[in-house]
Amino acid sequence: MNRFDYARPATLAEAVTAGALPNAAYLASGTNLMDLMKGGVARPSLLVDIGRLPGLDRIELLEDGGARIGAMVRNADLAYHPAFARRFPAVAEALLSGASAQLRNAATTGGNLLQRTRCAYFYDTASACNKRDPGAGCDAVGGENRLHAILGFSAQCIATHPSDFCVPLTALDAVVELLGPQGPREVKLEDFHLLPGSTPERETVLEPGELITAVRLPAAAADFAAHARYVKIRERTSYAFAVVSAAACLRLQGGVVTQARIALGSVALKPWRARAAEAALCGQRADAAAFRQAAETALQDASPSGDNAFKIELARRVVVRALSLAASGTPARLPALPASAFSGEVAHA
Amino acid sequence: MPEITLAQGQAHIRMGSSIGQPLTRWEGVLKTTGTARFAADQHQAGMVYACLAVSSIARGRVTSLDVAAARAHPGVIEVMTPANAPALALHPDAKHHPFMFRLDLLQSDAVRFANQPIAVVIAQTLEAATEGAALLAPRYEEQPARTGLDSATPFTPPFIGAGSPGAESHGDIEAGFAAASVRIEVEYDTPAQYHNPMEPHAIVAAWDGDRLSIDTPSQGMAMAQQRIAGLFGISPENIHIRSPFLGGGFGCKGMISGPQILGIMAARLVGRPVKLVLRREQMFGPVGHRAPTRQTLHLGADADGQLTALIHHARTATSTFDDFIEPAANASHSLYASPAIRTTHDAVRIDTGTPLFMRAPGEAPGSAALESAIDEMALACGMDPLAFRLKNYADVAPMTGKPFSSKALRACYQQGGERFGWAARPTAPRQMRDANGMLVGWGMGTAVFPALMFPAQAAAVLRRDGSGVVEIGAHDMGQGAWTALAQIAADALGLDRAHLEFRSGSSDLPDAGIAGGSAHTASAGSAIHGAGADVIAKLAALAMGDEASPLFGAGNAGVIARGGRLHRRDDEARSETYGEILARAGLEEIAGRGAVAPDQAAQAAYAMQAHGAVFAEVTVDPDFGQIRVTRLVGAFAAGTVINPRMVRSQYLGGMIWGVSFALHEHAAMDKRSGRTMNANFAEYHVPVNADVPSIEAILVDEHDEHVNALGVKGVGEIGITGTVGAIANAVWHATGVRVRSFPITLEQVMGL
Repeated sequence: MNRFDYARPATLAEAVTAGALPNAAYLASGTNLMDLMKGGVARPSLLVDIGRLPGLDRIELLEDGGARIGAMVRNADLAYHPAFARRFPAVAEALLSGASAQLRNAATTGGNLLQRTRCAYFYDTASACNKRDPGAGCDAVGGENRLHAILGFSAQCIATHPSDFCVPLTALDAVVELLGPQGPREVKLEDFHLLPGSTPERETVLEPGELITAVRLPAAAADFAAHARYVKIRERTSYAFAVVSAAACLRLQGGVVTQARIALGSVALKPWRARAAEAALCGQRADAAAFRQAAETALQDASPSGDNAFKIELARRVVVRALSLAASGTPARLPALPASAFSGEVAHA
Repeated sequence: MPEITLAQGQAHIRMGSSIGQPLTRWEGVLKTTGTARFAADQHQAGMVYACLAVSSIARGRVTSLDVAAARAHPGVIEVMTPANAPALALHPDAKHHPFMFRLDLLQSDAVRFANQPIAVVIAQTLEAATEGAALLAPRYEEQPARTGLDSATPFTPPFIGAGSPGAESHGDIEAGFAAASVRIEVEYDTPAQYHNPMEPHAIVAAWDGDRLSIDTPSQGMAMAQQRIAGLFGISPENIHIRSPFLGGGFGCKGMISGPQILGIMAARLVGRPVKLVLRREQMFGPVGHRAPTRQTLHLGADADGQLTALIHHARTATSTFDDFIEPAANASHSLYASPAIRTTHDAVRIDTGTPLFMRAPGEAPGSAALESAIDEMALACGMDPLAFRLKNYADVAPMTGKPFSSKALRACYQQGGERFGWAARPTAPRQMRDANGMLVGWGMGTAVFPALMFPAQAAAVLRRDGSGVVEIGAHDMGQGAWTALAQIAADALGLDRAHLEFRSGSSDLPDAGIAGGSAHTASAGSAIHGAGADVIAKLAALAMGDEASPLFGAGNAGVIARGGRLHRRDDEARSETYGEILARAGLEEIAGRGAVAPDQAAQAAYAMQAHGAVFAEVTVDPDFGQIRVTRLVGAFAAGTVINPRMVRSQYLGGMIWGVSFALHEHAAMDKRSGRTMNANFAEYHVPVNADVPSIEAILVDEHDEHVNALGVKGVGEIGITGTVGAIANAVWHATGVRVRSFPITLEQVMGL
């Protein structure tokens, strides 16, 4: 890896000043950044370690029913926070379906939002990648692209965002709190990541130096606690990124959907909110026909970006399953294999 | 947690014997506390670090390297390229015997495969060496890569695997098919897979004049010595290899690899000790792999379900510059009785690193295809898969007609099937669901692996203080070889384990042959057994010729060595300690040696192989096609069990590898560039614990008087065979979809 400077600021103000320097990168737990640096994909000249900044590691359950999650809160700490998991069970389920226990113990809230795609051509510095090297081309097109995007991709980039955590967060209207040299601001998570278009190198709305300080879930997000699930299809039972995933959160009244929230993961370069499907579900009976119709609507704009047409139908079925599970109610305890199609195991959480 | 039963251990324990006891690994505490020092943990005074730069193209030549940029990086000492690489005494493309594989050692600017070493950067720190390698920014003159099994005209190799004929035939194939009332012809694909022991290849090399000392993981130290000696023009005795711990081998550490030799060259170039450790992605190219195969099976059976003819053809790939032909079709030689069997191979040359022996080479992909085809044939004959296998049970070796040295396969079928509950299996697919509505399927496969043995030597010493020493340059890959060999040694010397000093893992000790072919316990163990017998015989001669000894005149009745004493066989109350015998003879110690080789007469007379039966249950999500192996039961018979704990672990490890082969493992190769795009552990999937919720291995009793003095057959590889087919067959049984391309992925069974 390249030689770099390392700074460990004591205050948020110092951090964003340092983070705005040319070619600086924030270092949280480094579960993704270190791999990128070892592979020569990321070559920052300054690492700004935010690991010891005060106040970023708090989980605040707000009185209005929402929650505020500090950017340095570890995935495992959040998932195993009992009161948080009760209010936002699909979020806990998504967190525990991600990575491995060791990674979840280290990986942070802010870092999860900012993890990079798993596209092999992005990680391989000998391949052409518009995201890594704007204008270079995209070797994923026509290459090994079985797991690539089916929504929102462009000729310049067909990668996906791999996060599990971000999927229910997007469904639940999470808000990202930012601090930059110009001061604080907020962005809806749904608007935080950018689709590739002709500028796949630009992945988020973050301005130079801007730092994620917290992620907030609004009070209304807790209203779905009784009917909130996350379903993740993965090629081995643990430690695998999603082929496709979906979060489904419902409010029901007498078997009729009064509100629905649906988001999909690993289908696009951002967590994919299916607003049209949500709207179509409202007022419908919570049954298989309505769920299938919602799934059709959610994927109506999907198309293969390569050897991945199966992901479109798979995504429909994942939406149906997530909605069905949500309708039948959030389980009292997290399943032993969170978000897995395979249940019936002894719960561990 | 996986379910691991140890219930059967007691059955194998023999009173007063170390053999048969389920001892834990001698080095277990060292490894679990991090105090075992692997090759990459070694440090030497003045040592510097080397990092490989590897090619990002699969074919062409390197036109430039920015050596100046690398050299200018702080800490970089030297950049080794074809321009300044130390001269070798033997060109690394020379090939004097089939086990001498061509190596890429910076002899030219040619690139023959992706990830081929093209330079080595040597620096004061690992970080500087790594960055120096990145700064080389190679430029290439690239030629189109030839990839895949259809990219070249196939050739027919005369020899395959370790030197078997590429085509073999028995009986009248045409007559066999003419007599068949049921025929199937099916084709299976298996992918390229890469050995990825947790410990990558690593070396610490230090020269002292023409004397070379090396810390490196090796499955064959004596062979490595010979190879290095030839390349550097020095005497093998001047090469000292230490290899006490391997973090896995699986075949890729059998022959010393090019990158390890580059570490030695780097040490010579800079005149200092050098450490070189492969990065994970560098494991995908220069250190071997399992070649892809496309296999066609053509089976005929009569109305009763008796096979009448079997043709197994395998196409595979090798490199453009060397030959290793995956002997996949030979899997059909040894299991099913058919009056006519023909196996053939062909291969294409593609722009890849040379494939190599990888755990169950040939047997693993060959068994995957054969056991799937047998399942398909059983269905075509309207028979239960186990009944079909029993109907076609081979009482003599199918190709040669030789009797088996031992074969407890019927007991494996019976015990495994009973434990699994096979009798309750409905014949038709899609008949079973679990409580969550998941499709459930049951499948089985037969496991088989040849019982091999290689020449090996050992030395034994008995001392006047009642202790003993056994020395052998054996290889512990993590499988527990030293533990089991020390048990053999204790029995061979008639000593309690506590009084035995067991020395191993160094090339300065007697040559234990290669830890491969599942033959290490048979080879090294037999040598130890021989060394023990030799030293005990010498000791007994002293005692029996000494009038002062209670054993005087035992003569033809002979003696028994046990617990540090020799006893008269015809009157065990008459005995004395080894120390007493040596003291009277005025000796401090007495030494013996053992040297063994396969018994040619026994091999000519008998077919020798281990057997097993594997039963698998899968659940498949009917919407997603997601597959999970919920239960695996294997029953294996492999002669004498030296250590049931280690043996069971070997079976379980093999079966888990079978899960990997069936459902996960494959190199995702970009067909345009010939590069492996998932060369990391996040994306090159092998099973995790949660993928193996229930796995059991049954150790079936078997006694073999012919394989070797100990009656030991190998257990290291057989677990993969049978398991892959069992899982594929269970997937069919669950879904009704027959997938003939491995690994089986969800889109193949999700019913699009």
